[in-house]
Amino acid sequence: MKQIDLVIVGGGPAGMSAAVAAYDSGVKSILILERDAHLGGILQQCIHNGFGLHRFGEELTGPEYAWRYEQQVLERNIPYLLNTMVLDISPEKVVTATNSEEGVFQIQAKAVILAMGCRERSKGALNIAGTRPSGIFSAGTAQKYVNLKGYMPGKNVVILGSGDIGLIMARRMTLEGAKVHAVCELMPYSGGLARNIEQCLNDFGIPLRLSHTVVEIHGKERLEGVTIAKVDENRRPIPETREYIPCDTLLLSVGLIPENELSKTAGVQLDRVTSGAVVDQDRQTAVEGIFACGNVLHVHDLVDYVSEEAEIAGKSAVAYIQGLTAERTDIPLTTDGKIRYTVPQRITQKKDVTVFFRVADVYRNVTIRVSDGDRVIYSKKKLKVAPGEMESITLRPDQFADAKALSFALEVK
Amino acid sequence: MIYDIAVVGAGVVGGMIARELSAYKLNLCILDKAHDVATGASSANSAIVHAGFDAKEGSLKALLNVRGSELMAKTCLELGVKYKNNGSLVIGFTDEDRETVEQLYRRGVANGVKGLRVLDAEELHALEPNVSKNATCALHAPTGSIVCPYELTIASVGNAMDNGAELLLDFAVAEIEDGKDAFTVKAADGRTVKARYIINAAGLYADAIAAMVGDTSFTVHARRGEYVLLDKESGNLVKNTIFRTPSKMGKGILVSPTVDGNLITGPTSVDIGEKTNKATTPEGLAHVMRETRENVDGVMYNQTITSFCGLRAVGSTGDFIINMPRERFVNVAGIESPGLSSAPAIAEYVIGLLKESGMTLEKDPSFDPIRAPMHAFREGSLEEKNEIIKKDPAYGRIICRCETVTEGEILAAIRQNPKPRDLDGVKRRTRAQMGRCQGGFCSPYIVELLAQEMQVPYESVTKFGGDSYINVGKTKGVD
Amino acid sequence: MVRELTCIVCPKGCQLRVELEDGAVKSVTGHTCPRGLQYANDECIHPMRTVTSTVRATDGRVVPVKTDRTIPKETMFACMKLINATVIELPVSVGQILLPDLLGTGANLVATANME
Repeated sequence: MKQIDLVIVGGGPAGMSAAVAAYDSGVKSILILERDAHLGGILQQCIHNGFGLHRFGEELTGPEYAWRYEQQVLERNIPYLLNTMVLDISPEKVVTATNSEEGVFQIQAKAVILAMGCRERSKGALNIAGTRPSGIFSAGTAQKYVNLKGYMPGKNVVILGSGDIGLIMARRMTLEGAKVHAVCELMPYSGGLARNIEQCLNDFGIPLRLSHTVVEIHGKERLEGVTIAKVDENRRPIPETREYIPCDTLLLSVGLIPENELSKTAGVQLDRVTSGAVVDQDRQTAVEGIFACGNVLHVHDLVDYVSEEAEIAGKSAVAYIQGLTAERTDIPLTTDGKIRYTVPQRITQKKDVTVFFRVADVYRNVTIRVSDGDRVIYSKKKLKVAPGEMESITLRPDQFADAKALSFALEVK
Repeated sequence: MIYDIAVVGAGVVGGMIARELSAYKLNLCILDKAHDVATGASSANSAIVHAGFDAKEGSLKALLNVRGSELMAKTCLELGVKYKNNGSLVIGFTDEDRETVEQLYRRGVANGVKGLRVLDAEELHALEPNVSKNATCALHAPTGSIVCPYELTIASVGNAMDNGAELLLDFAVAEIEDGKDAFTVKAADGRTVKARYIINAAGLYADAIAAMVGDTSFTVHARRGEYVLLDKESGNLVKNTIFRTPSKMGKGILVSPTVDGNLITGPTSVDIGEKTNKATTPEGLAHVMRETRENVDGVMYNQTITSFCGLRAVGSTGDFIINMPRERFVNVAGIESPGLSSAPAIAEYVIGLLKESGMTLEKDPSFDPIRAPMHAFREGSLEEKNEIIKKDPAYGRIICRCETVTEGEILAAIRQNPKPRDLDGVKRRTRAQMGRCQGGFCSPYIVELLAQEMQVPYESVTKFGGDSYINVGKTKGVD
Repeated sequence: MVRELTCIVCPKGCQLRVELEDGAVKSVTGHTCPRGLQYANDECIHPMRTVTSTVRATDGRVVPVKTDRTIPKETMFACMKLINATVIELPVSVGQILLPDLLGTGANLVATANME
């Protein structure tokens, strides 16, 4: 069996960034396994701008951002295999993969970084009533047809869900000559970035219907229309508000789910809220030597943060391979519900730790508070927090050194 | 050319009959109005091989169910179709239910079902820990099984075609003209087929087909059944197929693993006046979830991967309608549950009818009952897989990530009888697009493979024929 | 007159408040960087946008492209018309100018990916 120090599963922004960071930290025996025909992952179909402001100080498109990292991989001659699908990862870090050239093959790795990204929630999971015609796509699938294949899925469009991909596709389809009739959002607020509502919807006069959902699908062969309705505060449709919109296309932008099927084969413990692995500050999972980063760990708003997180994983994997250990501790992080989750979920080393988290609802005038029992070790005021925007705070070892557990809470005035 | 026999309807019944007939020296054709085979009730049902204790003693349903259940394992083996003998349970909660369970036991014994046993609560929960703690008894039928119904249909039609039968799709029979020794069957699009015999296996429309030759002795109506299918994560919740004791309202909601490892829950049971309404309803889906939760603990509907509605063809006589109302014309109608279970036996029975009617049937020595299994690659060992990949690198390229389906498997399916011509056809044959992302990642690639194999433009590939197009055209040119 | 704007120059999406007098910007609040200030001014006087799209290559595939600087918002659809009418020869590389000075805006249409 082939022996490789570090196997990285996925050659998207997380995988490439982790590989570069690991290489620069001193491990040269690396292999990136990418299932697609190119490095860059989903960035290749995200041809819009808005990437890289944090990382590169300029606004790049998805393919350009991917190219910046691909160049770094190429410069370092970091090996990668394309069109290669990982089928299994064992807890002992034996990676089984397949491609056309080598068939099914196995690699014994010293460390593995999971960087498989996420997938879109599909129509099936929504259980929308009605018929099953063609013309219903997840926003990302439509994006692939339009931007990579050069085909138009339809001309009269309704979008369910105001996630960023949905908003971006509203603009993209409009620029390609389609009419987008409405974007319906179940929640009373959008899950997308404010700038995307402005430049993708408002610029083109596309209505955003908050607290609305699609309740029925019509059409025998091709989609002919959808019935939408306003929802009450319990998100239940209000029958009197039903409204029929004729359309040939329904795009769904209703959430992203980390793709952790392989993590499960490796015995990695998953967080029920993030649907990603439970990790420590090094992005190490509960299985020693297996790390996770990027959207497979938790869904990020910005690729810049994915790259940053992947660097942590890359460097930590090197430290693990080289047997470098710092002073150990084990402090679990808990949340109060208003804060839905944290990443990492535990702290195992006494060093500066940046904790990322998301909130459950839109809250104004809040205080973010971190406590060890009754002792508040950190607090910070914020004017507004929203589920669509990931927050972060940095804790110093002197703040948490003796803590048994850290609870994260949001105090709302 | 005059066919010896035209089978109208390429569902599981028509398919199994055609396959059985293809073992004889006959010119056969199979007609279906849809764009592919297995698009009606055969693609949307509970996927159960019933043991045979439901149907009334002495009925055709009882006879053919028990026989069909016996034949199913061998049939599936020959056709390379997934089949699993997982057993079934009818669970009861009340004293009244207990009486029903015992009544079913006696009926099953009378029907010749083997191995039936009545279990008490303790035995039941030892066998199925996730069955509701409130259940007090159950009928255990070890011969109850599960099968993939559309795969069985595809494989039987394919095997019939490999043995010489012809398949004519998009052939909506509009008129049947009776000539002296052959029927002329006219399609809505003007095509015609001449055949000496007609086997009417037209499902929901079998009454309309029969009426075309003057037989109005029965009618068929549609019974809607809504289902919710869950992710493979939930597939191990129960081992057996779990039924509730039947009531006046019917057999109720079942919970069962599928041969592909998912969990199926459903169906509702609502009779409707028309025959095309396959829309799911909020009430129907809620009903399925509610009753499922009563019967089995721990079903997680946030793991739903799809929901759908099937239309069962219910005949007006209460039993299967298999007869010859006139010479050279066979009705195989009203094949509602346990139709899938009975299908292999129905085929056998129809051959018997034809022979009785005086038709000479001569065995074709070149008949091969074996069809290349559709899932040989995925079930192969590592070494076997590598052998195949070495010969054909397309088997090393994964197209559907969720179900791990390779380009090689998809191409093989596209090239094998009966050839799929749309996305749903590829889905039913390969499972590509059937996983948790529901084709989100792979459908653009499958469209490409279909376009390339059929040598048609990318944008002309459909989901299931007709107007179910995927793309309206190229970007840059759409006005 | 007061205009409320959502800044689009970065993912923060600051809420801007612009005070206008006779069509001229009098004051801007709510921005957190100089680029936001610039955006507020542009947006009230002459809104500008980056356009991203694809162009068809001679082999039928599509190549992702962008305007290498912002263009007047009202020219977006006219630019799309030009982009859609363009067919390019491969290969192209990231940053390669495919159409110079789109409609006299001073912005070039450049490829955003390498394609052979």
